[in-house]
Amino acid sequence: MKNLSCPVPISTYDKVLLAHGGGGKLTHQLIQNTFLPILDNELLRQQHDGTEFQVNGNRLVMSTDSFVVQPIFFPGGDIGELAVNGTVNDLACCGAKPLYLSVGLIIEEGLPMADLERIMLSMKKAADEAGVQIITGDTKVVEKGKGDQIFINTTGIGLIERPVHLHPDQVKAGDVVLINGTIADHGICILSSRAGLEFETTIESDTQPLNGLIDAILEVCPETRVIRDPTRGGLASTLNEIAETSGLCIELDEENIPIQEEVRGACELLGLDPLYVANEGKILVIVPAESAEKVLIAMKKNRAGKDSALIGKVKPSPASTLLIKTTIGSSRIVDMISGEQLPRIC
Amino acid sequence: MKYLDEFRDSALVQNLAREIKKTVTQPWTIMEICGGQTHTIVRYDIEHLIPSEITLIHGPGCPVCVTPLEMIDKAIAIAEQPNVILTSFGDMLRVPGSDKDLLSIKAAGADVRMVYSPLDAVKIAEENPDKQVVFFAVGFETTAPANAMSIVEAKRRKLTNFSILCSHVLVPPAIRALLSDPESKIQGFLAAGHVCTIMGTEDYFPLVSEFNVPIVITGFEPVDILQGILMAVQQLESGKAELNNPYSRSVHPKGNLGAQSVINSVFEVANQTWRGIGEIPLSGFKIRKEWSDFDAESRFDLGHIKATESPLCHSGLILQGKLKPVDCPSFGKECWPEHPLGAPMVSSEGACAAYFRYTRHEEKV
Repeated sequence: MKNLSCPVPISTYDKVLLAHGGGGKLTHQLIQNTFLPILDNELLRQQHDGTEFQVNGNRLVMSTDSFVVQPIFFPGGDIGELAVNGTVNDLACCGAKPLYLSVGLIIEEGLPMADLERIMLSMKKAADEAGVQIITGDTKVVEKGKGDQIFINTTGIGLIERPVHLHPDQVKAGDVVLINGTIADHGICILSSRAGLEFETTIESDTQPLNGLIDAILEVCPETRVIRDPTRGGLASTLNEIAETSGLCIELDEENIPIQEEVRGACELLGLDPLYVANEGKILVIVPAESAEKVLIAMKKNRAGKDSALIGKVKPSPASTLLIKTTIGSSRIVDMISGEQLPRIC
Repeated sequence: MKYLDEFRDSALVQNLAREIKKTVTQPWTIMEICGGQTHTIVRYDIEHLIPSEITLIHGPGCPVCVTPLEMIDKAIAIAEQPNVILTSFGDMLRVPGSDKDLLSIKAAGADVRMVYSPLDAVKIAEENPDKQVVFFAVGFETTAPANAMSIVEAKRRKLTNFSILCSHVLVPPAIRALLSDPESKIQGFLAAGHVCTIMGTEDYFPLVSEFNVPIVITGFEPVDILQGILMAVQQLESGKAELNNPYSRSVHPKGNLGAQSVINSVFEVANQTWRGIGEIPLSGFKIRKEWSDFDAESRFDLGHIKATESPLCHSGLILQGKLKPVDCPSFGKECWPEHPLGAPMVSSEGACAAYFRYTRHEEKV
């Protein structure tokens, strides 16, 4: 037993890695170390899903998101629907009523025209369902091999009409955490419909507009602290961010987190932790404990919230930490994801 | 979920913990071999459920952690050549080589792909006849059947562009090496259930009798682990040394004969270097001569690649159970998952990664 070994450290990356887009620690570092210092301004520092700004006393919100999912058509949705719902949900999570969207298309030469039309029809349907209008757009076509069928960017503007202040810094010890249904459906749906993984399931993506549900929540509970959609990086990444910004501890109860048996099975088989798997139609809602019941009732009445559940609580310490009470009663830390092992999912 | 929920049952866990407490009268040191078991222990905080007399030490059963640096450098050298597709399991891609890792060279343009099965790599080879496709085959006895099968399958499909870079390790010789170390404090083992599922239990009887050490073949859920600890402690307390197999829902004494037959047709037992530990006699698999067409080490010119490990981190001590991750001076300071000094901080089965992910709150409280 000799030659005790040790690899040489690799400290920084001189090239962008996939994990920089994974929504975890490397994405966080990219924003903190590269984007914020260069682009810094007061509004950007809000670091929410969208940014709130005022025009003539009106509270407006702007948000943008790009979609590079592969495959572009998947069980339960497609890239077009995802692109509309994604930005609609980001605006709604800021407490805004989504009004208008722009659409930027980057299309790879050779995409079947029928696919493009199918995606457009799907965007129109999703926009109608969410009650938003697509009012401007742009199209670029790149050479074969320089894109992956189609990439879509959507940018949206919304109006905050209620007296709400949704931000992680509003979270207080004693608050509770709610979710509107089962976790990890979207990520596992995409993973199992990718070529290269012989894996048959009937799991559908959960992509859906959430502005109606969020409006119902804010109507019964204007003092709601924060609403976030746990997309890339899953519950773990979103709740870690909230814990960090608020300086508080969020403790989840593993037993109460809704998850479909099929999704759980797929996660066990593939060695994935569903807490890190993406969602596209889910929101995490933090409200004062005394409002929990009425919010839960309002959520369950909505089509997008019928499986809602109370999944955790906010505690004063340990500071800036996400914990989970396991099914056997012990407790462990849930860290932010540190790499990207999944295919492109949103 | 069947076969899962009942092995994570809170009441069963508490009962077993109480039973262990009743049985223990003195300090005992038990090693769990497999990294999957380490993760369950840390993830469910099992060390705090059992009496303080029992010390669990974490074994070398993390395939990514024990793959020699030289092999990682060889994989990188292969991937950097033109017209090559290098495939491997996800964890392997992030392990640091001498001066880079596979993910960085992927970002720099190399075609490095993560697969879930070596047979997917065979399929990639079939679809890319103008490229050399190499599967970086690492692991214990558990992954050996599928890795061997990939070669058999490539031959059946008459593929001339598929090969594997093989770095396979075996559990029983590692247990022997650990027990032969005069500094060893290990009094009992939880053997790795999945390894025994493939290979059976026969190889463990000589270890039990020669070293007078209880070995319990153990699964990977909290109830399995506590059951394993209980049976090991019961033996230790009564002065016995036997081989127990409470993981009989998966392990047949003879193992999986079909899997063993494909392993034996492709691989032969050979000396193997373990990263952080050194060479252990007859502790690995190498590809048999008659299959050498599918051996990446004969297909590519790699002889010049020699890596020397520098003594910056203590992964060797951790892999031998001589140091707990949290007691390593670099843990959480110079070494964390995005900045790993050693492989145990990278892999999903690595002991350092388990401690880093699940237990740091203890120091914050």
